[in-house]
Amino acid sequence: MAVAVPALALEGISVTFVSPDGARYTAVRDTTLQVEPGEFVSVVGPTGCGKSTLLNVAVGLLQPSAGSVRVFGEPLAGLNAKAGYLFQTEALMPWRTARANVAAGLEFRGTEHGEALRRADDWLQRVGLRGFGARYPHQLSGGMRKRVALAQTLILDPQIILMDEPFSALDIQTRQLMENQLLELWSANRKSVVFITHDLEEAISLSDRVVVLAAGPASHPIGEFAIDLPRPRDVAEIRLTPRFIELHTLIWHAMKQEVLKSYAQQQLH
Amino acid sequence: MPSNSSTRALRLWQIGLLLALLSFWYVATSPTLLPPIYFDDPNKAAFFFGEPLKVFERIWDWFASGTIYAHLWVTLLETLLAFMLGTALGLAMGLWLALAPTASALFDPYIKALNSMPRVILAPIFAVWFGLDIGSKVALGVTLVFFIVFFNVYQGVREVSFTVVANARILGASERQLLRHVYVPSAMSWVFASLHNSVGLAFVGAVVGEYLGSSRGVGYLILQAEGTFDINAVFAGIVVLTAFALLLDWLVTLAERRLLVWQPRGGETEKI
Repeated sequence: MAVAVPALALEGISVTFVSPDGARYTAVRDTTLQVEPGEFVSVVGPTGCGKSTLLNVAVGLLQPSAGSVRVFGEPLAGLNAKAGYLFQTEALMPWRTARANVAAGLEFRGTEHGEALRRADDWLQRVGLRGFGARYPHQLSGGMRKRVALAQTLILDPQIILMDEPFSALDIQTRQLMENQLLELWSANRKSVVFITHDLEEAISLSDRVVVLAAGPASHPIGEFAIDLPRPRDVAEIRLTPRFIELHTLIWHAMKQEVLKSYAQQQLH
Repeated sequence: MPSNSSTRALRLWQIGLLLALLSFWYVATSPTLLPPIYFDDPNKAAFFFGEPLKVFERIWDWFASGTIYAHLWVTLLETLLAFMLGTALGLAMGLWLALAPTASALFDPYIKALNSMPRVILAPIFAVWFGLDIGSKVALGVTLVFFIVFFNVYQGVREVSFTVVANARILGASERQLLRHVYVPSAMSWVFASLHNSVGLAFVGAVVGEYLGSSRGVGYLILQAEGTFDINAVFAGIVVLTAFALLLDWLVTLAERRLLVWQPRGGETEKI
C-alpha cells in the first residue's frame, strides 16, 4: 500500500441531540478519528461520553450535526455497506434459530437459502457453536448469543467491524475467551476494527491503538496511544507483562481526570 | 408443578363437582322427586330450568340421528371464515398503520370509535346487506376478530426492539425484507398470543349471527327451540356449543405450541 486511504475517517464530527421540548445536548464535539485498513482501534472513555454515538455515526444510523464520514475515501451516504456492527444489547432475531440468524445477512444480500445455511454452519463451527444451530436465541447462554452475533456479523466479511461494548454483559472468564477468539478471527483475516469499551485493560490487550475520549457532554478525543505489544496475544497473559502495566499506567493517568469529571457530573444530576 | 397424584386428585374433585351440580339440577327440577318448594306447580321447575336427563337425551338424539352435523358444520365454517378473514384484514391494516405514522394519526379517532361501538348491533344491518345465509354471520365475526388482531399487530410492530431492526438493516435487509423477516414475525407472536380470544370471538360472531336470524347452524337450533318453549333443547344447544368451543380452544393451544417454539416458556427444564 503506497498511500493508504483510511478505512474509516470521521472528520470534525459533532452530534447535537434536540429533545422534543427544545433542550439541546451535545454528545460529541469536533471529533476526528481515522482507522487504517487492518487496524484494531479501541475507543475508551467514561460512561456517557458519546462512544456509542460515534459508532452510530460511523455506521450511518445517525446523521452527524456537523462533519463528515469517509469510508475508504468515499463520503458515507445512508448505511455503511462496508461495515459490520456488533451491538451491546441483544440484536438477534428471536424467531430465528442460531443458524438462520447467522445466515440472515447472506440471505438479505441475495445468497441462495441452502448455500447461506451451509456457510452459517461453517461459521457457527468457527465460533465454537457446532451443534447449536437449531437452538433459538432464548435457549442459548449470553456468551453463546454473543458468538452467534459475532458470526452473524463476520459471515458478511465486512471491511470495517464496529463493536459497541460487545462483551460488557459477559462474566470475566467468558469475556476473556471471547476476546481471544475475536483476536484469533481478526488476525486470520485482518479488517479494520473500532472497538468501543469502558474497560481500559480490554482496550489495551486487544488493540493496536487506544483513543481516549473526554467525559461528556461535548466529548472529544484527548489522547491517542499506540499499543506496541507483540502479537499474537493472549488477553489473560498479556495483562501481566511489564509493558502492559506501563501502558496501562500511562493511559490511566490521562483518563483519570475524565473519569472523575464524569463521576462528579453524575453526582450532580 | 404439582405431582401426578395431586393432579389426579384435582381431576377427581373437578369431576365430583360436575356430578354434584348435575345431581342438584336433577333433584331440583324433577317433578316427582321433591314436593314443590318454590313453584306451585310441580312441573314448573322443569319448564324453566330443563331436566338434565332430557337434555342429554336430546343431545344423544341429535348425534344419533345425525341432524346436528349439518348445523355444527355451518357454525364451524362461519367461525373459520370469520377468523381467517378477520385475521388477514387485521394483520394487513395493523402492519400498514404501524409503519405509516401519518395514516395512523389520521385514522386513530375512527378506529377508536369503531372499536368502542358495541358491534353486535351491526348484525341486523349485515343481515340486510348479506342476507340470512352465512355471509352475514361471517361479517359479524370479522368485525369482532379484526380489532383484536389489529391492535395486537399494531402493538407487535411498535414493540420490535430498535436494536433488532437496526441490526437487520445493517445486515442488508431492504424495507421489504425488514417487513417480512422482522415486523411480520414480531407481529405474529402478538397475534398468536391473542389467538384464543380471536377464535372465541369468531365463534361468538357466528352463533349470535345465527341466533338473530338464520336457517341453519347451532344458534338457529337454539332459536327454534326457544320459539317452542323447548327449554331442554335450548340447554342441549348450549352444552353442544360449550363443548365445541372447548374443542376449538384446545386446537388453538396445539397450533400455538407448534408455531411459537421460538418463544421462551417458563420452567423449560428437564429432570434427569
